[in-house]
Order: sequence, then structure tokens, then C-alpha cells
Amino acid sequence: MALQSLDIVRRSATTTPSPGVRGPATGEVAKLIDVSKCIGCKACQAACMEWNDLRDEIGTCDGTYQNPPDLSAQSWTLMRFTEYENPKGDLEWLIRKDGCMHCADPGCLKACPAPGAIVQYANGIVDFHEENCIGCGYCITGCPFDVPRISKKDKKAYKCTLCSDRVAVGLEPACIKACPTGALVFGTKEDMQHHAEGRVQDLQSRGFDQAGLYDPAGVGGTHVMYVLPHADQPQLYGGLPAEPRISAMVGAWKGFTKPLAVAGIALTALAALFHYLRVGPNETTEEDEAAAARELEKNHG
Amino acid sequence: MGDTAQRTVIARYNERERINHWILAIAFVLAALSGLALFHPSLYWMSSLVGGGTWSRILHPFIGLVMTVSFALLVLAVGKHNRMEERDWKWLREMPKATSHDDPRLPEVGRYNGGQKILFKVLLASMALLLLSGIVIWRSYFSAYFPIGVIRLAAVVHALAGFVLVCSIIGHAYAALFWVTGSMGAMTRGFVTPGWAWRHHRAWFRENIRAANPRTRAD
Repeated sequence: MALQSLDIVRRSATTTPSPGVRGPATGEVAKLIDVSKCIGCKACQAACMEWNDLRDEIGTCDGTYQNPPDLSAQSWTLMRFTEYENPKGDLEWLIRKDGCMHCADPGCLKACPAPGAIVQYANGIVDFHEENCIGCGYCITGCPFDVPRISKKDKKAYKCTLCSDRVAVGLEPACIKACPTGALVFGTKEDMQHHAEGRVQDLQSRGFDQAGLYDPAGVGGTHVMYVLPHADQPQLYGGLPAEPRISAMVGAWKGFTKPLAVAGIALTALAALFHYLRVGPNETTEEDEAAAARELEKNHG
Repeated sequence: MGDTAQRTVIARYNERERINHWILAIAFVLAALSGLALFHPSLYWMSSLVGGGTWSRILHPFIGLVMTVSFALLVLAVGKHNRMEERDWKWLREMPKATSHDDPRLPEVGRYNGGQKILFKVLLASMALLLLSGIVIWRSYFSAYFPIGVIRLAAVVHALAGFVLVCSIIGHAYAALFWVTGSMGAMTRGFVTPGWAWRHHRAWFRENIRAANPRTRAD
């Protein structure tokens, strides 16, 4: 989304400060997804389609309630359904609303080579500006949550915007507005953490000893958080990573090695220049030609 | 030009080799520009030389394929002359100590010297790595077939191999264009002077005159 903004804290492929005079006076925002309250109605999916004018292809039923089967350029949020048999032998139907986590330390933004194609606002939202996107897919390589998708139609990368356009004018994201059970709530990150505390206590008092808040520190915390009844095993919920962080490979690829390599290339060129200035050209002399002519003469003369 | 005197020259590269070399050189420059553009933000402006960021992303892998195929043809043409021999190692060892090109400690050089042969091997290795890793990170066609860990590794390998290739070619271009004068003719017209061959590649010069390769040309 192209959004005129003066409160950008980070901008992809940019080495100078971003326009950041406006701070988030009211604090950073966060979406809290309380998995224990979710009934899997997909109102959030429908609201996301409606607000963002997205219509995914009509697919086929794969035998589960999960539909479409995966996130796509047209489906920025998706209810992931998992049938889990707990140690007591009971079936638990785990439903998790998947989508961009809006990391404080976004792997997509770190990997992106196109200036301004990915930005992070002061309120914490990580947004793709598709008009600057070149379609390389590095954001997919960088993301610890496997969220961005390249559109087959225009080869640009898309994902949840946390309704940055709505939030910018004081509205809550479309999915929040549509949720009928209060499983989705939106506010400042601090408020959401506080709200989660109460939910976690409630769950623990009702037998979910391992209930907890999913706000992974490995990516600096996220602006989409989960209340999980089984917070000790986040993988149960449709493969939510237990300890997400930007991969060491991506760190090596996009970290300190890049400026070093650019310096290395510049130094190689400079070394060649200085070599020339010091040693000069290695020229074939008259004597070389004469010696060669003598040998030619000997052979053919 | 103007001098119509008959001059003896020695053939170094034929038409096919020269045309292939320049296809390779052009493909390298375009691939390097579009690749470096995505390598570091400070070099993103280079993408405008191939039509912008999106065109860089679209064209770079195809240009890379042209470069790889062209390099493979070059390997077929000169690979056999680039095997390291004992005299090449000796030449590399003695070179830093040599006072002049005529230093008696330096062994005679064949068609390529030890440095050129090392360069050849470095180019071969980096081209192979660029091709393999490039296929893995070619998002439009191939990335979907590889697990994310392999894609991440390939991204690092691609950047590293590209860095080595660019630095190597800077060295190669410097030697041919500025340092060792008289080399360019070999890749433009296809000939060098007997004095050049005698000075820089004496063993090759002698093989040549024994085989009676020198020709008389009117320049």
C-alpha cells in the first residue's frame, strides 16, 4: 500500500535515516489472537477479503476445514485447522489464524533489496509497498514465518498489512471488527500484553497449565500475538515456530558481509590502479621483437 | 595502419573464440550490474542501467545463463591449456622475487602462465556455484522446488561466488587492458606480435614457430 507517511522507522535497502519525525505517541499497536476463544468461523478471512478487495481462486476441498489450503497473494490471513490428540487421549481441535506477525525485527525487510518496498512504521506495522517491489522473493527467504507470497498475476509480494490504511485513520483492522467471539482484539501493544495476562491466568485456572502469550523474543517480539493454551508447544498450532528468529544464513547474507564485500570490490579496483601507478605497464620492447625475429629467422631462414 | 610493411604475427584466438569471449564479457558486465544492484543498497542505481529494479530481477538470471553457456564454450576451447604443470607452480613461486621478465630463475611460460591458470580455475568454480545457487534462488521458476534452508544457503553462496567473480574479472581486465600491453590484440584481431609472445609466453612461442604457425600480415 502506498501511504504517505512521516512515521517510518525502517525502510528496506536504505542506509540513511527514514522519515521519522512523527512518533507513536499512543504507543505501538498489536493484534492479539486468543486461540482459546476462536470458533473457526472465518469471519476474519471474509472481512480481510472484503476490505482489501481480494478474491482467491475457488479451490477444492482437501478434506479439512482449512480453505484455501495455504496463504496466497489473494489470501492474507488463513485459519489453520489442526486435529491434535492430547496425552489424555482426547481430541483437541486447534484453530490458528495465520498471517503476517509484524515482527519488531522483520526478516523480510532485512532481506529486501528494493529501496522502500518494505517499511516498518513507528506503530510497529510492517508494510509492503508493492509499487517498489521488484518481485525477487527475497522477503520469502528472509521471513521466519513463511508468510509473504508472490502474486502470479503481477509478480509482486503480498501479505497482511495489519490494515495499515484503517489503523492510520483510527480504525481497527477489518478482521478484528468482524470477529464475533472477541478472539481478536486490537490496541496498543502494552494493553494487549496486559489483556493477554488476564486470559492466560484464566486458562491456567481452568487446567491449561502451559497456557501463555506468544510474543517471540527471537524476532524482537511481534505486533501480532497469540494466547495459546499450549504455549510450550506452539508447533501444534499449524506449525507455528517455537523459537522464530532471522536465520543465521540470512544474517550472513544481509549483515556485515555486504558492506565488507562492496569495500573488497572497491579495494580490488584501487589495488589495480595503484599497481599501475607504481609498476606501470609491462610493455613488449624492441629487444623482445628483435630476439623473437632472430628465433623466427633461425627456424625458417 | 598506414604502415604497409609486411609483418609477422602469431595467431592466438580464432574468430569463434573471440566472438564467444565478447559475448561472455558483455553477459558478465550486464549480470554484474544487475546483480550488484541487488547486492547492496549503495549499488541499487546500477539497476537503472538494465531498465530498473524489476527488469534487473527479470533479466539477471537469463543473462547469467548466457554467461554460463558462453563460459562453458570457453572451457571447451582453452580448458586443455589451463592444466597446472610443474613449471607453472615454479613460475608462481619465483615471480614475486623476479627482478625482470627475463629473470633466469623464471621458467618459460606456455600458452598461459600460472596466474592465468589459477584465474581460470577460480572462474570455473565461481561460475559453477553461481549457476547451481542461481537456479535455487530463481523465484519465478525454481525456488518452489527447494526447502527454505537450501534457498537461504544458496542466497549466501550466490552472493559470495558473485563477489569472487567480480574481483577476479577486475584483475583479469586490468591485466589485459592496462598492465600487459599488446594483449588486447589477441582478443580483438586475434593476433599478437612475435615479441609479445617471446616476452610473455616463450614456450608457447617456440611451439608455435616449430609448428610454423606465424603468418605474414599486411596491417
